[in-house]
Amino acid sequence: MTTTTAAPPAARRRPRTPDSHGFPTRPYDLVKEFVVAIIVVALLTVGLAAAFSSPDEKAITMSDWAAAAPNDVVATAAGELAGTTTSASYGPPYNTAAEGQKLGPLPLAKWAGVRIPVNSAQDLVVTPLSHVTGNATLTAALATWKAATPDQQTAWASAYSDALSKAPNGDPTQVATGDYGPVPTMSQAFLTVASSGGLEGMLASSTFYGIDQTRPLLLLSDGSYLEDQARARHLGGDQWGMMNETGNYPGQPWMWLYTFWYQIPPFSTSSNADALVWGLMMLLTLLLVLVPFIPGLRSIPRWIPVHRIIWRDWYRDHPRRRT
Amino acid sequence: MTAATGADEAPTPPTSWTVRTRTRISRIVPQGQALPDRQPAYMSSWIYVFGVLTIAALLVVIATGVLLAIGGVAWWHVSPAGHFVNSLHLWSVELFFAFMVIHLWGKFWMAAWRGNRALTWMTGVLAFLGSIGTAFTGYLSQSNFDSQWISTQAKDGLNAVGVGAYFNVLNPGQMLVWHVTLLPLLIGLIVAIHLVLVRRHGIVPPLEAEAADANLADEGGAR
Repeated sequence: MTTTTAAPPAARRRPRTPDSHGFPTRPYDLVKEFVVAIIVVALLTVGLAAAFSSPDEKAITMSDWAAAAPNDVVATAAGELAGTTTSASYGPPYNTAAEGQKLGPLPLAKWAGVRIPVNSAQDLVVTPLSHVTGNATLTAALATWKAATPDQQTAWASAYSDALSKAPNGDPTQVATGDYGPVPTMSQAFLTVASSGGLEGMLASSTFYGIDQTRPLLLLSDGSYLEDQARARHLGGDQWGMMNETGNYPGQPWMWLYTFWYQIPPFSTSSNADALVWGLMMLLTLLLVLVPFIPGLRSIPRWIPVHRIIWRDWYRDHPRRRT
Repeated sequence: MTAATGADEAPTPPTSWTVRTRTRISRIVPQGQALPDRQPAYMSSWIYVFGVLTIAALLVVIATGVLLAIGGVAWWHVSPAGHFVNSLHLWSVELFFAFMVIHLWGKFWMAAWRGNRALTWMTGVLAFLGSIGTAFTGYLSQSNFDSQWISTQAKDGLNAVGVGAYFNVLNPGQMLVWHVTLLPLLIGLIVAIHLVLVRRHGIVPPLEAEAADANLADEGGAR
C-alpha cells in the first residue's frame, strides 16, 4: 500500500455554479421575443420559398428505365436469375445469401434476421413474368425454367449474364451463341413488361394497396441506371451523396459527419464500412449526449474562452474574474 | 395546498393523489419562473435568441407540415400551391436546423450543463437527434427521385447494424407514418421537457461566476 498526499479537496474543487435565480435581473419580455421570432421565421421562410422553391425531380419509373437503358434492364433481369445482383447476394434482412456486415465481432445484421424476405430471382423476375398472358413463347420458357434444377438455372443465367457483359454495349442482340436455356426469352420479356409500365404494380405488393416499395427499389438499385443518374447529379456515395439532394439545394447538411466518414479510409475502402460508420457515429453521439459527465470534454469551454464574448457585458462589470 | 371547504364539507385528505400530483407539478418550476418577466442581467447576448428562434421555426415546420398532410402525399407533385407549401416546409426545416445548431454550439461554449443542467443538455441533444431522424424520413416520404436514391443508399447503413430489419427505408408507407406522427410526437415531448427544464433551472450563470455574485446562498449543483 502506498501513501499519497493529496491537496485538501476544498483547494482543488471549483466553486459550485450558483443558482441563476439569485442574480440581479432586468426586464425581459419573453412573449414579445417569441412573437417577433415567429414573425421573422415565417417571413424568412416565405421569402426563401418564393425565391428558391424546392426540388422535385420525378421518380424513375420502370418504363423510364426500360426506355432509357433497355440493355441494363435485360442485364439486371439475367443477374437476378443468376443470383449475382446486389439484392440476390445481400443477406439479412432480405435473404440468407450472405451473413451481412459485422460491427467488430457482433453480427448485428444476422441477429436481426431475415425479416423482409426477398428471393430476387423469383420475386423480382419470375413472379412478374408469370402474370403475363398471351405470350406462348414466354409461357414455354417459364415452364422450362421451373422444370430445371437450381444448378441448371444458375448455369443458364450465369452464362447469359457473362455473355451480356461481353457483348458490345451489353446489347442482347449481339450476344455470342451459347447454352442459355430460357433466360434470353425471359429477360427480353421482362424488358417488355417493364416498358409496358405494369412492372411496379406486379412488384410492389400482392395486395390492392401497393404501399411497400421494397421490391421495386431493390430491383431498380440492382441495375446501374439509378446510380448513373445519381452520379450525374453528384449524389454518389463517394460524392457526399446521401446528405445532398437534386439541384442546388442545401439537402441535409446536418448529416455531414455521417457522410464524411464514407469519404476517407479505412471506411471508403472497407467492405464493412456501413457497420463501422454506424458504430463510430453511435459512439460519437453517446459522447455528445454525455458531454456534461466526461472529464476533459466538458472543460473545453473553459480552455477556449468563447464565453468571454457571450458574457462580455458581465465580465466587463466583474473584472475580478478575468484571468 | 387544498381547496377551501365549507363547514359541512369534509376536507380533502392530504394523502389525495390529486393533491399530491398538483403539489408535485407546482414544484417542477419555481414560483413565477414558468413565464417570468425578468431575466438575469448577464443574459445579454444575441446567442440567446437562437433558442426561441428554434422553437419558432419548429412551429412553422409543424404548421407547413400540417398543410402538406391535408393535401396528401401526391398533392405537392401536381399542384403549384402544393409545391409552394412544400417549399415552405423545406425552408422552414433548413432554418430550424440552422438555428438549432447555432443554439447547440452556443450552449456548448457556455458549458450550459453546469448547475444541475445536464438533463437540459441531454434532452437538447436528443431533440437534435430526433429532428435528424424526422427530416430524414421526410426526404424518404417525398415520392420522387431523391426518395428513391436516398432510400436505396441509406438502407445499407441501417441493415448493417440490424435496424433495417425493423425500420425499412424502402417502405415509404412506414417512413411517412414515422415522419408525420411518431417522430413529431417524440420531438414534441422531448422539446416540452427541455423547455420545462430550462424554466426550472433558469439561464446558466457565466463561467467563473460565484455564489457571491448571487443574492441567494448556493444550494448545490453540478460543478
